[in-house]
Amino acid sequence: MNHWTDVCALDAIDDEDVLRFDHAGKTYAVYRVEDRVYATDGLCTHEKIHLADGLVMDHVIECPKHNGRFDIRDGRALGAPVCVNLRTWPARVHEGQVQIQLEAAGPHD
Amino acid sequence: MTDTTTPGMVIVGAGHCGGRAAQALREAGWTGTIHLIGMERHLPYERPPLSKELLTGEKTAGACQLRSAQALIDDGVRLHTQRVSALDTARRCITLANGQVLPYHRLLLATGGSARCLDIPGADLPEVLTLRTVDDALLLSQRLGAGRHLLVVGGGFIGLEVAASARRAGMAVTLVEGAPRLLGRAVPADIAARAQALHQAHGVDLRLGVLPTAIVPRQPGGVRVQLNDGSHVDADTVLVGIGMKPATALAHAAGLTVAQGIVVDAGLRTSAPEVFAAGDVAEFPGPLSGLPIRQETWFNAETQARVAAHNMVGGHEVVHQPPWFWSDQYDHQLQVCGEPAMGTHTVVRELGDGDRIAFHLDAQERLVGMSAWGLAPRCLKEVKLARLLVERRINARPADLHDPAVKLKALAASTAVLT
Repeated sequence: MNHWTDVCALDAIDDEDVLRFDHAGKTYAVYRVEDRVYATDGLCTHEKIHLADGLVMDHVIECPKHNGRFDIRDGRALGAPVCVNLRTWPARVHEGQVQIQLEAAGPHD
Repeated sequence: MTDTTTPGMVIVGAGHCGGRAAQALREAGWTGTIHLIGMERHLPYERPPLSKELLTGEKTAGACQLRSAQALIDDGVRLHTQRVSALDTARRCITLANGQVLPYHRLLLATGGSARCLDIPGADLPEVLTLRTVDDALLLSQRLGAGRHLLVVGGGFIGLEVAASARRAGMAVTLVEGAPRLLGRAVPADIAARAQALHQAHGVDLRLGVLPTAIVPRQPGGVRVQLNDGSHVDADTVLVGIGMKPATALAHAAGLTVAQGIVVDAGLRTSAPEVFAAGDVAEFPGPLSGLPIRQETWFNAETQARVAAHNMVGGHEVVHQPPWFWSDQYDHQLQVCGEPAMGTHTVVRELGDGDRIAFHLDAQERLVGMSAWGLAPRCLKEVKLARLLVERRINARPADLHDPAVKLKALAASTAVLT
């Protein structure tokens, strides 16, 4: 509950860009649009490609492989070839650090 | 029981394009019958893995499926595994090989095509294969493996992708191409040269400017392929990748206008009322040039299926996105977008470490296409931006396209759009 995991400094992500974040055996994609941040699962729901290699335009991430597009705010799949929504995670900027809130986070980290 | 009396939507060809069109018809609001007619024993599937992951065993045939069987059932798509023997545009019906007659409200021809074969002695030997369908890929995959020798005929996308897959499987590979360079006119010479170097670095024995003249059986198995330079290659398997022939016979017999493919307008309408064509078989006006083109690509199947479906339910969409395709070879990817044939010169942007994007400009310095080559996924973001420039008809200065210090993202966001 209310456990936030540090990802990186806000400055480490360019505006309208995305960073890959591997944590506890899972991979996430963390986005910055202006000064807001967002987080989703890191792999496209279509072919398990790393979304962090894709392009962020506005609030949409496009998978580099087949153009699967998702809204990074709610994970909505925006049409074929992707039809399964992307899981999103709460994200925030706290004292210049990007943090995401993962469920099942351990009590000590 | 199948309702065959009320005219429904009829799609001939149950490949990627036909399968996606059936889905798009439902998404566009069509609630009547949809007949999807194909000749393969597989549900509609995507082709890109056929020359790669399906050959190397990283993917199963089922994993190539466009949609699940359940999705087709949920959409009420009636799948017929039948040859279509006739199209009657006056009575607006088709006849299946089993005699069944299906009247149509709208008809979509997404018949694709078949692999071209060699026209030389021995081309029909069982060791000589082509690659077009899942079953072709499964047959070829059984013949790939370490210690064996594959001869690839044709240095286009299929031939090169299969060569890469066979090398990954530990197989010796010789590739012969009749032209003096790989990849024909679809790709700029310097990118073709990089692809050539990569294949050679991976141990492919490349022979350019050489054609096979005859194939003879060799004991105790395999074949000997005679080449027109007097040499020969002994191989266990020959894969012929020399293009495909669009399946236009049905359309032709019905009196539709056919040229290099079934001729359609920008809305994918054929010369017959209520008959549409899309995908590999359709010859359509290039979105940039207006000149007739045909595209055998994943992207074309995907986008044209949707345009056709919308127009079949009364819409007025046109194919407006520039053509795009990619080819994965080893750890590299090649991409081409737009209509490079319109270009008179190129401006190259070096991305570092040998990755590069060639922008194709016409005589008025308008951007008409881009070709890219690089290590994937390292280069993909920049390449996607280059593609956006072409899609958005951005009129960038050649110096800016060339200069890596000028961000493509900034150019893509600019409003200087071609008129």
